Amino acid sequence: MSRKDYKKPLPRIDEENRWFWEACARHELVLQRCGGCGELRFYPRGLCPACLSSSVEYVRSSGRGRIHTFTVTYQSQAPGFRDELPYVMAYVDLDEGPRVLSNVVHTPPEEVKIGMAVEVVFEDVDEDLAIPRFRRASER
Amino acid sequence: MSLRGKTAVVGAYEHPTRYAPHLTPHRIMAESARGALEDAGLAIADVDGLCTASMGPIGVIALANHLNLRPTYLDSTNLGGSSFVAHVAHASAAIAAGLCRVVLILYGSTAASDRLAVGTGGTGGFGDPPDAYETPYGPTVVGSYAMAAMRHMHEYGTTSRQLAEIAVTTRRHAALNPAAKFHDPITVEDVLASRVVSSPLHLLDCCMISDGGGALVVTSAERARDLRKAPAYVLGAAEGVVHTGVGRQDLLEVAAAQTGPKAMAMAGIGHRDVDLRMIYDSFTITVLLTLENLGFCPRGEGGAFVCGGRLAFDGPCPTNTDGGGLSSNHPGMRGIFLVIEAVKQLRGDAGARQVKKRDVALCHGTGGVISRRHSGATLILGRERG
Repeated sequence: MSRKDYKKPLPRIDEENRWFWEACARHELVLQRCGGCGELRFYPRGLCPACLSSSVEYVRSSGRGRIHTFTVTYQSQAPGFRDELPYVMAYVDLDEGPRVLSNVVHTPPEEVKIGMAVEVVFEDVDEDLAIPRFRRASER
Repeated sequence: MSLRGKTAVVGAYEHPTRYAPHLTPHRIMAESARGALEDAGLAIADVDGLCTASMGPIGVIALANHLNLRPTYLDSTNLGGSSFVAHVAHASAAIAAGLCRVVLILYGSTAASDRLAVGTGGTGGFGDPPDAYETPYGPTVVGSYAMAAMRHMHEYGTTSRQLAEIAVTTRRHAALNPAAKFHDPITVEDVLASRVVSSPLHLLDCCMISDGGGALVVTSAERARDLRKAPAYVLGAAEGVVHTGVGRQDLLEVAAAQTGPKAMAMAGIGHRDVDLRMIYDSFTITVLLTLENLGFCPRGEGGAFVCGGRLAFDGPCPTNTDGGGLSSNHPGMRGIFLVIEAVKQLRGDAGARQVKKRDVALCHGTGGVISRRHSGATLILGRERG
């Protein structure tokens, strides 16, 4: 796979989020914890919205969580996705706390349920970029 | 300081078009300005304030140019579809502060003839920081609302049939509105038989995309007394946002939970004083969540609340009497039509769909995308100054 073959939207990478996407390229899902007040936050920012500290600690997520809600989308003009209908969008509650938007992949849409255990799986765009998505995990 | 009773909407005009490939948005706005000023009995030369949203970032300047206006108050606040509801409050504050005297609020769009796929087109991202964690997953607008609907069903047992009741009642209203796009009655079965766009939302749970536009004229309560039509006094207003924050968002919370109580407190009214609800209906779930968050029913009970024709113009809780975005018109940002219909109803000018008791109307606009980030603006209008 190379970036020009990848049709879906790519994240716009900037100075505030580059480290997050570099971790994804290593197949690691990493969250931020504020070095000032300790708040765990998603999505990544340079400053903590709670205390405005720019001191940051990085916390590796287990990549495990549960589906908070989802939808099976049958109509979409989103590049790449329109060729793969239907697809599943979901909010996943990570074990560490944050609720993140993603896709559920490698799982038949009709089997996706709220509360289902999922784990992160990285889709490589190329060697410098991977997109974290989720698939059904064995029940714990 | 409160806005209560300080200003009034004195002119309102809904452009009759639903499909206008021969018109530009600016032509629609100019025609709407003419309609609303005529309704108010004011001249274009009286206008010294101008509000609009939805065009380029400095589109309000081009609009002033187009109408050859030199306003002393300009406002292009863009909160998405709720913008024009918020503009009434902004205009009122500006008038109360003496910044201007007569504010024209304008909206025009050719979304349908431009073939804009608002609900399912692209991913709704604008290159803002949170988009980097959303657009890679193909989150359509309808899909984002669908996730809130799915969660509501899971938590509270809400059903597709209950959501369909909203579409059915709204279509009944559209049948009584000659300007509405869709007039043929639909049943709950019709909604459930329409194709699923993004589960659990069916096609008939979704608003249309039309062309259209409209205009409002706002002035001081003192000046309103001498104008052509009965004033719709601004009694209360509030705006707010709900977003994903740092990742602990409640997908069933909408901005109405903040703005409803604030606007009602300003107006000095309770839920039972509201005769008409004009609720942004991008999707059936938007209406259900907004009614709950405004406090018309407890959280989780919206499904039962909307059944049995309760929202009908001749029912106990008249809502979206013009036929809404589901069945009348939705050129992309519907907020202005909420206020236009409220003004018509308060005046008793709503024809076959006229509500019986017509003292107080509550408008609530939603802009942006529920379950990701959205704005809300509540506006309370009344026949008495309060």
